[in-house]
Amino acid sequence: MPWWSRNRKNLDESQNQQREMPDGLWTKCPSCETVIYKSELEENLYTCPKCDHHFRIGSNHYIDLLTDPETFDETHAQLTSTDPLEFVDEDSYQVKLRKATKRTGLSDAMRTGLGQVEGKRVSLAIMDFSFIGGSMGSVVGEKFCRAVDDAIRERVPFICITASGGARMMEAAISLMQMAKTSTRLTLLADERIPYIVILTDPTTGGVTASYAMLGDVTLAEPRALIGFAGPRVIEQTIKRKLPEGFQRSEFQQEHGFVDHIVHRKELRKTLSRVLTLLPIPETAD
Amino acid sequence: MAKYVLEFEKPILEIEEKISEMRSMSDQLDIGPEIEVLEQKVERLRKSVYEQLTRWQRVQLARHPDRPYTLDYIAMICDDFFEMHGDRSFGDDKAIVGGLAQINGRKLVLIGQQKGRDTNERKVRNFGMPNPEGYRKALRLMKLAERFSLPVVTLIDTPGAYPGIEAEERGQAESIARNLFEMARLKTPIVNVVIGEGASGGALGIGMGDTLLMLENTWFSVISPESCSSILWKSWDYKEQAAEALRLTAGDLVEMGIADGIIPEPIGGAHRLPKEAADFLKTALIQALDQLTQQPIPQLLRQRRDRYAAIGVFNDAAVA
Repeated sequence: MPWWSRNRKNLDESQNQQREMPDGLWTKCPSCETVIYKSELEENLYTCPKCDHHFRIGSNHYIDLLTDPETFDETHAQLTSTDPLEFVDEDSYQVKLRKATKRTGLSDAMRTGLGQVEGKRVSLAIMDFSFIGGSMGSVVGEKFCRAVDDAIRERVPFICITASGGARMMEAAISLMQMAKTSTRLTLLADERIPYIVILTDPTTGGVTASYAMLGDVTLAEPRALIGFAGPRVIEQTIKRKLPEGFQRSEFQQEHGFVDHIVHRKELRKTLSRVLTLLPIPETAD
Repeated sequence: MAKYVLEFEKPILEIEEKISEMRSMSDQLDIGPEIEVLEQKVERLRKSVYEQLTRWQRVQLARHPDRPYTLDYIAMICDDFFEMHGDRSFGDDKAIVGGLAQINGRKLVLIGQQKGRDTNERKVRNFGMPNPEGYRKALRLMKLAERFSLPVVTLIDTPGAYPGIEAEERGQAESIARNLFEMARLKTPIVNVVIGEGASGGALGIGMGDTLLMLENTWFSVISPESCSSILWKSWDYKEQAAEALRLTAGDLVEMGIADGIIPEPIGGAHRLPKEAADFLKTALIQALDQLTQQPIPQLLRQRRDRYAAIGVFNDAAVA
């Protein structure tokens, strides 16, 4: 096949191969610019050994980080997005979905499962920012609800790790309503007196923050994660002023009363385990 | 002050001006039949323009500066309205009004987002963009309604929750999230009506309940067409296309199964004949309230939960 008649789609997709971490043996910390060897970064759970900058990591890493080896059973992985509104901007939503799936190997921006944290069984929902900015559409909303249902059925705590730019624009009002859907399902969890623990990671903004991310019984955050309703750029454009240093970061959110603890990634599993021990589930709903 | 005229309203206005010009001369001249012909023409034109509105044109109507706002409707539909102020924690947000109300003898709690009519009032009302204390005031009033077994009506009209430094400091996201959680289980009927703009989480923050109605020329979506254009097209110039892609009109939301009904507006929009628009709203509210207040609360709450659980379109290979 001559090069000029090569399938256009294949070309685009090959150019769009991106990775969370750059190739090569070492990388530079975006915060303190220290050169870090890949192996060292990995050992450090993708935090900078010098300044503690937390690199964004995917759902796979959080599963390894938090659950006991071989205990995580992924659930509801068969759910995938459709394109109910036939949404087209410069690209169609369908093409975006295909590209995101190919690039990340994920089926959507949230994974759910049952597993153990230091021997304690939990239901988990883990968001992945690498899939269309961790945006919440129908699939994220449905998986979240099913993971809540799993927690209720098994009477085990429910844990959600958030990373999201907000609701998914390409599902318009349907994705907006996922805020209502997920919040509604959490009332059932509360009725059952089952703990809901949120771990906020960088970044958590928009519709996810304004629904299930802010409804935890216990709320933890990784250091310096961006957490807010409106994105910093939107706020800057509105108020026409530069934002103060540290605005909307985890430390700011804790200072203003919205986060219980800021936890270094290396301490996350231990801290979670402590909370799970200290917040036992009553035997009955009432 | 000059009358605000949308581009597609202009041909209609031109004929109307001609008619009133001719009327002023009709004392001296016998032009009654000509006026009648023009009047028929303008009605036909108005009808055809308003039957073929694009989504973007409906967005423009939803934002029309002469459109009735929450307090205008309250004045036109309520026997009495006793406004209540403040969230009992920080302050009183004037972008959300609320209080005890009575409509045709039915007592209820009414809450709505409020835009300003002139420059000064727009500032006071913050262009209808609530801060966290607005959502918390709304929640306080909803809890009050629950305690006294009063139904809740919310009127939605906001370009969004305010994106400001102080709003973030006081927990804009938390205040909306809390309202969603509490509205999902509030033990009293809730009717939501979009009367203008329904922009994203800022609208949903007072927008959950048992029945969602939309006035004919309103929009409700996850983002405004302009912001959608700026993010997805990386330019502000694609707002018409964005409005089409978002499918954000009342008709669209009924089709998606999110809205339950469309409240008609007079031809030419609610701003042309506000009293008529208010009558339509009042009739629809009474009907919705009478239907909901008949139902036992546990059944109502179950239906409310089922209603939100059902929203979402996805592939579920295991079932398919």
